[in-house]
Amino acid sequence: MNRVVTGAGYGLTDWLAQRITAAIMAVYSVIVLVVLLSGLPITYAVWKDLFSQGWMRVATLLFMVSLAWHAWVGVRDILMDYIKPDGLRLTLQVFTLLTIAAYLGWTIQILWR
Amino acid sequence: MSPAAVKKVRPKYLSLQALLFEIRLPLPGWISILHRISGALLFVAIVWLLWMLDRSLSSEAAFERIRHYASLWPVKLALLVLVWAYCHHFCAGIRFLFLDLDKGIDKATARLTSGIVLAASLLLTAYLGWKLW
Repeated sequence: MNRVVTGAGYGLTDWLAQRITAAIMAVYSVIVLVVLLSGLPITYAVWKDLFSQGWMRVATLLFMVSLAWHAWVGVRDILMDYIKPDGLRLTLQVFTLLTIAAYLGWTIQILWR
Repeated sequence: MSPAAVKKVRPKYLSLQALLFEIRLPLPGWISILHRISGALLFVAIVWLLWMLDRSLSSEAAFERIRHYASLWPVKLALLVLVWAYCHHFCAGIRFLFLDLDKGIDKATARLTSGIVLAASLLLTAYLGWKLW
């Protein structure tokens, strides 16, 4: 492969990560959908019990970590495409990262309360 | 040179009018931009969804309040839009994975799979909407 030195990554890691995280989220989505549509009426007890299971907590955390990485690549792509002034783009990227970090922290707080 | 070629105005600058009414995106183009729009929408909506998850797990009374909240029609409508965004992002994403593997990149197949993605995500949305309420 002919590579021009850019001083940073070439984007392959991000490209691959976006696809792998997508696959993880797809699997989780199908599992949750099956659980939700299994016919059990969703009462508070059922809902609370579902999210107190160890596997559900870990799976949900894996989903959110995948989402965080996936969304970072996606939102950064959007910002790189449409926001031309460097300062504004950098500001928005930092804001995006902080938002993602907050989402992750909140998720952990919700799951292990 | 044909007379039609002579009459064309060049260069052509993109105006809002041109973007809205003159340039027609082919179906795969629509799938692509909708993938982007649905992704951005979902990212922004996470804060709202996490808030609902947080409340719904905090206590029985809060769970019932969220259940009532989710039954209000504007909330239902917004949730349905998000369900569509998720389904579209999901289906279009699977199509893009196949494109990455060089599958279905000729024009006819690309248009066909675009139609399938559009229809499948709408059908899934309708099914989930019907199932969840």
